[in-house]
Amino acid sequence: MQTTLLKTDPNFHEPGRRFFRDFSPGDDFYEALIDAHNGLSDEQSEALNARLILLLANHIGDLRVLREALQAAKTTT
Amino acid sequence: MGAYVNPIYPYKAPTDLKVTPPLRKPLIVIGAGPVGLAAAVDARLQGLDVLVLDDDKTVSVGSRAVCYAKRSLEVLDRLGVADPACALGVSWNIGRTFLEEDEVYQFNLVPDAGHKRPGMINLQQYHIEEMLIARALELGADIRWQHKVTAVTRHSDPDGHATLTVETPDGSFDIEADWLVVADGARSPIRRHLGLDIEGRVFQDRFLIADVIMKADYPAERWFWFDPPFHPNQSVLLHKQSNNVWRIDFQLGWDADPEEEKKPEKVIPRLQAMLGDDRPFELEWVSIYTFQCRRMTDFRHGRVLFVGDAAHQVSPFGARGANSGFQDTDDLMWKLALVMKGQAPDKLLDTYALDRQFAADENIMNSTRSTDFITPKSRTSKTFRNQVLALAKHHPFARKLVNSGRLSVPSFLTSSLLNTPDADTFEGNMVPGAPMDDAPVQVAGQDAWLLDQVGQGFAALLFADAVPSADVLAQLKTLQTGQLPVTPFVVAPRALDMPGVKVIVDAQGWMAKRYDGKNGTTYLLRPDQHVAARWRELSAAKVQQAVAHATCQA
Repeated sequence: MQTTLLKTDPNFHEPGRRFFRDFSPGDDFYEALIDAHNGLSDEQSEALNARLILLLANHIGDLRVLREALQAAKTTT
Repeated sequence: MGAYVNPIYPYKAPTDLKVTPPLRKPLIVIGAGPVGLAAAVDARLQGLDVLVLDDDKTVSVGSRAVCYAKRSLEVLDRLGVADPACALGVSWNIGRTFLEEDEVYQFNLVPDAGHKRPGMINLQQYHIEEMLIARALELGADIRWQHKVTAVTRHSDPDGHATLTVETPDGSFDIEADWLVVADGARSPIRRHLGLDIEGRVFQDRFLIADVIMKADYPAERWFWFDPPFHPNQSVLLHKQSNNVWRIDFQLGWDADPEEEKKPEKVIPRLQAMLGDDRPFELEWVSIYTFQCRRMTDFRHGRVLFVGDAAHQVSPFGARGANSGFQDTDDLMWKLALVMKGQAPDKLLDTYALDRQFAADENIMNSTRSTDFITPKSRTSKTFRNQVLALAKHHPFARKLVNSGRLSVPSFLTSSLLNTPDADTFEGNMVPGAPMDDAPVQVAGQDAWLLDQVGQGFAALLFADAVPSADVLAQLKTLQTGQLPVTPFVVAPRALDMPGVKVIVDAQGWMAKRYDGKNGTTYLLRPDQHVAARWRELSAAKVQQAVAHATCQA
């Protein structure tokens, strides 16, 4: 698959904050993501995921990036 | 059935300790595990009289803690046991993570060259303990086996010493300690006896741990599988230890029956399925474990100091147990020695608790994250985990999220009260509070390593392109004569003739790069090889001020 605009290299970061270990920013995000689902039913989790995707998609905005992301998600199984 | 035979250490009747009124010892360590023994060795190196009490008479039964990280090896270098440990242990840097049969992620613990020690060695805990016992005895530590401490009474007046009740085959007796280091392990009877809290999370999963003796030519790497065909829907971990012993961990799930799963008739088929051939093997040790991530609220209670698993526990993924214990004593013992010798105020020991509690929180955070990835708690969490693994086959970002254990690395103690904040600008990671990066250097015409030059006491490094001016040299030399002497070093790109100052030759520029060292750059280093302060220009007054600050005297 050829992606041109979608970033698929590690990209988690926080301006002004120094990470001494390269896995830390990604792990920070992943923990926050899983924590957001704590105590939710499966149905509530699905709804949360949908809202999250919509928020992030609007933030990205560029339809070319979103198409590539949709394609990348669909072709990975 | 195993190849290793536990040594039996001789019991010595406590005739010399069992006296009335009770003896007063300056320092007693409870527990002769790796961490208690490291404390005892360090105490002797600091010139302290130390008595070690242990309720057993041998080393660890079973391999238990097998991964010793680079920072631990650097500490063990200072203690004098890293050479035998590395000679017997299996060095490795590469970890591979597989999903089903495909590799999805690989890490290298030490991606750049120029370090004396590898990212990790695998060595059975009993071997490390034997080496530390030999070293402690050689240095004159007094270790008493079959001496079980059954009670500790802390006195509030006048100095907060403790009275210990010790049970032996010859009856019990009382003994007093000015200072007590508690290293009696995760269950810590002393912690419980004193009614001290330890809080955190219990994880609902069970793991089978098997030490297998076999001939195999797998490389010296850490292999971790998610959902392998030979153990579907669960994870498996493989490590090579010394003397043809292999460590294999099988995730079993919370519903597994621990007694049933330990039986050889259950274990052997699992191993056969994994090995995939009919090679002969022998079981050396089998155990089922569950784990917790938790720590004591405060590692210090007056003159009673908790170290290692007694103070904090983590899940095993990441090898952050014994490794963080060595870092505890590395941080503690120089501070304790200064306080015991009256060279620093008592509150210096509060910074042991603060700094190591900070490190324990980081270790708990990382091992909790690994555990949550390996053992997802909900359907959603499992979906995310499995899709990270799926994306990892194609996308680098997802590989970095694959978390089969973030292996033990030392904390950057950036918030330590002992740091003098930077006033000048520097590149790189050697910030105040950083554990020092090693570097290959030359000393007195011989190849050497930076970390072997420093430690035990304070040291100052002055980077210089050429012989510094008489004034600068004089300032550097005055550091040796302060109330707390600082050993001065000049770091230069080539050998310089400077009587009275040791020269570290950084011919290949490793130190200049790692420490952003330029002509005049000065570092103050703590006795535990952490950066205390740094400047772009040497000022003896500033160095002395930073030493005072790093010992709570400012």
